[in-house]
Amino acid sequence: MATRKAAKKPNVSAEELKAYYKDMLLIRRFEEKAGQLYGMGLIGGFCHLYIGQEAVVVGLEAAAEEGDKRITSYRDHGHMLACGMDPNGVMAELTGREGGYSKGKGGSMHMFSKEKHFYGGHGIVAAQVPLGAGLSFADKYLENGRVTFTYFGDGAANQGQVYEAFNMAALWKLPCVFVIENNQYAMGTSQQRSTSSAEIYERGKAFGIPGEAVDGMDVLAVKAAGETAVAHCRSGKGPYILEIKTYRYRGHSMSDPAKYRTREEVQKMRDERDPIEAVRTLLLTGKHATEDDLKAIDKEIKAVVNESAEFAKTSPEPALEELWTDIYATEVPQEA
Amino acid sequence: MATEILMPALSPTMEEGTLAKWLVKEGDTVSSGDIMAEIETDKATMEFEAVDEGVIGKILVAEGTEGVKVNTAIAVLLEEGEDASAADNLGGGTPEAAPAAAASDEPAQAAAASEAPAAPQTDTTPDWPEGTTLRQQTVREALRDGMAEEMRRDDTVFLMGEEVAEYQGAYKISQGMLDEFGAKRIIDTPITEHGFAGIATGAAFGGLRPIVEFMTFNFAMQAIDHIINSAAKTLYMSGGQMGAPMVFRGPNGAAARVGAQHSQDYAAWYMQVPGLKVVMPYSASDYKGLMKTAIRDPNPVIFLENEILYGRTFDVPEMDDYTVPFGKARIWREGTDVTIVSFGIGMQYALEAADKLAEDGISAEVLDLRTLRPMDTGSIIKSVMKTNRCVTVEEGWPQGSVGNYISSVIMQEAFDYLDAPVINCTGKDVPMPYAANLEKHALVTTNEVIEAVKKVTYK
Repeated sequence: MATRKAAKKPNVSAEELKAYYKDMLLIRRFEEKAGQLYGMGLIGGFCHLYIGQEAVVVGLEAAAEEGDKRITSYRDHGHMLACGMDPNGVMAELTGREGGYSKGKGGSMHMFSKEKHFYGGHGIVAAQVPLGAGLSFADKYLENGRVTFTYFGDGAANQGQVYEAFNMAALWKLPCVFVIENNQYAMGTSQQRSTSSAEIYERGKAFGIPGEAVDGMDVLAVKAAGETAVAHCRSGKGPYILEIKTYRYRGHSMSDPAKYRTREEVQKMRDERDPIEAVRTLLLTGKHATEDDLKAIDKEIKAVVNESAEFAKTSPEPALEELWTDIYATEVPQEA
Repeated sequence: MATEILMPALSPTMEEGTLAKWLVKEGDTVSSGDIMAEIETDKATMEFEAVDEGVIGKILVAEGTEGVKVNTAIAVLLEEGEDASAADNLGGGTPEAAPAAAASDEPAQAAAASEAPAAPQTDTTPDWPEGTTLRQQTVREALRDGMAEEMRRDDTVFLMGEEVAEYQGAYKISQGMLDEFGAKRIIDTPITEHGFAGIATGAAFGGLRPIVEFMTFNFAMQAIDHIINSAAKTLYMSGGQMGAPMVFRGPNGAAARVGAQHSQDYAAWYMQVPGLKVVMPYSASDYKGLMKTAIRDPNPVIFLENEILYGRTFDVPEMDDYTVPFGKARIWREGTDVTIVSFGIGMQYALEAADKLAEDGISAEVLDLRTLRPMDTGSIIKSVMKTNRCVTVEEGWPQGSVGNYISSVIMQEAFDYLDAPVINCTGKDVPMPYAANLEKHALVTTNEVIEAVKKVTYK
């Protein structure tokens, strides 16, 4: 599956590498905790975990600049943590509490942060694609030099509105990085069974949008590709497509028994391609960190995640009055 | 420290399940991700993975056990090196449970049910000051003026749609606007409603104030997911952090002889959606004043126009900044015997009927709602308290119509004032036919309004 090898010599500092390790580990431990809280009935409804895909958002955030925007689907916890949103606020939204990013009114699939330029959190497969193109339309209109990362999955790539958005994004040269997180399964349907093309990014050719496939289990490869894409968009050349080949270890949502693939397939990915293990190995073999350093990071992350869970359990449920607020705006929220 | 492993909830609706099979036994070491058991939920058989590392100290629920409640302890996990006896103290306690929804609590908004309500307070100020110079203008011109004035006032307002720029508008609403505002702000789109409605909504999230023209609202069905799921709901879903200040506009309802797919009235559809505001004007001054209000409104506004009205001429006040507020009905004609409530093109039937009824000595009060959400129900109730009778008029279908809603409001808030059942005059319950005679009959007619009024006034 890998089409781009990791740069032989990582073009990052030891500190950066450690930061990626930490960011990816935070997502994984956070998601494991979310799964646990779901099992306890503290998180309800749908809950789509990001475990296995961590290198995608961490690599791309490493290529982003302050003020760049991001928008994604309902599998959104990783994106929020990667762009610096507070784990407490995210976890408390999962438990439907007052301290959540949407005051408990959005849930796992619908969170936003004006401050971090995170535009959701969308539950209708592929709806975020034209919305993301629209965010970049606004950036181009306002001439602010910003780029929008518009994330969607291999499943969404079969929705018509994706190609409506591709067409207009190319026509109007919108500064939009279309990120296809190809985790190979649209819920229970493999790419092979649902998608006519083996390389989804090649569909961009029909619209004159350049693109490439990227090894999504290699955070450095993702970062490098992200830098290429961002430079293309920021220079006014229009959109760029990154098809990032990744893998989700868990089911589509918490209630998915994942019978459409073998246990061995998942185990093989975990054993051989895990993105966090890969960075861990780089850190240790490159002598950028010791086992003890990494243990300290693990401990630190565990504390952050436990604190978020504690906050999410103790933050009160929203007041009943909240049912009736935020239906209509009285003034336009200012663009952050 | 030994921890309990609890029976997990593995679907949104699961309350209990069957512990079908243990895949680990006491003494086994597990690490995060290892499958420990198979659990049958209401939906499927799920594999249950370990979250923490440790040694299985004790299995508390044997495999094959049915009806195991969520959050019951099913096993005890020991830390490495911990003695199995640590498991003995656990396994009976009541685990922390999710909070039950406070089902008995009444929502903050209680239904009002008073015996003799006072007449509601309504805003009856005239739309423009007495003595204002008026000029004759078509709906088409007034609508364009309203948009152009707001575009001069605010650089973030832009117009997007099919044929709005170089073609000058499929119905010539945007005539001259490309010349004045340029291609950056008057934007021709490909024929791709779903896509450009989504792009415009994203642009609104990103700080712009888009006006989206649908060549007709029939085509907005392609885009309705973005109108409702993306534009109307985001403010709520984001806890008030971001929303979509924008206008979706275009001709709605029947034109003339364009057949079933091009002749639907969507007033009742959009009126149902919290988060949207819905405007359906009749006169040129309202087209202008309400369009200006719609563009300034920080919420998504559905602006339902009518192709037949585009060419009609009305008085429009000559004022520097003429706006009409949402949620304020206009009384076109005062009367004492019956209240006729309508909006949009329905007003032409209502007003024609009132003229003819006057010849028969029946005095009809005619209310133009102008906006359907918010709806000025206060003015309806106030009028019905005076006339004790009501007929509603619209071109849309009868089941789930705007009139149905108005009827229910009157029944709940002014039942004791009614001397006759409310009658809803609507379009017929059929797709729009093409044949001229059938089409005329499929729409509401002035005669039907007159008949309805005679029925409720027992004349």
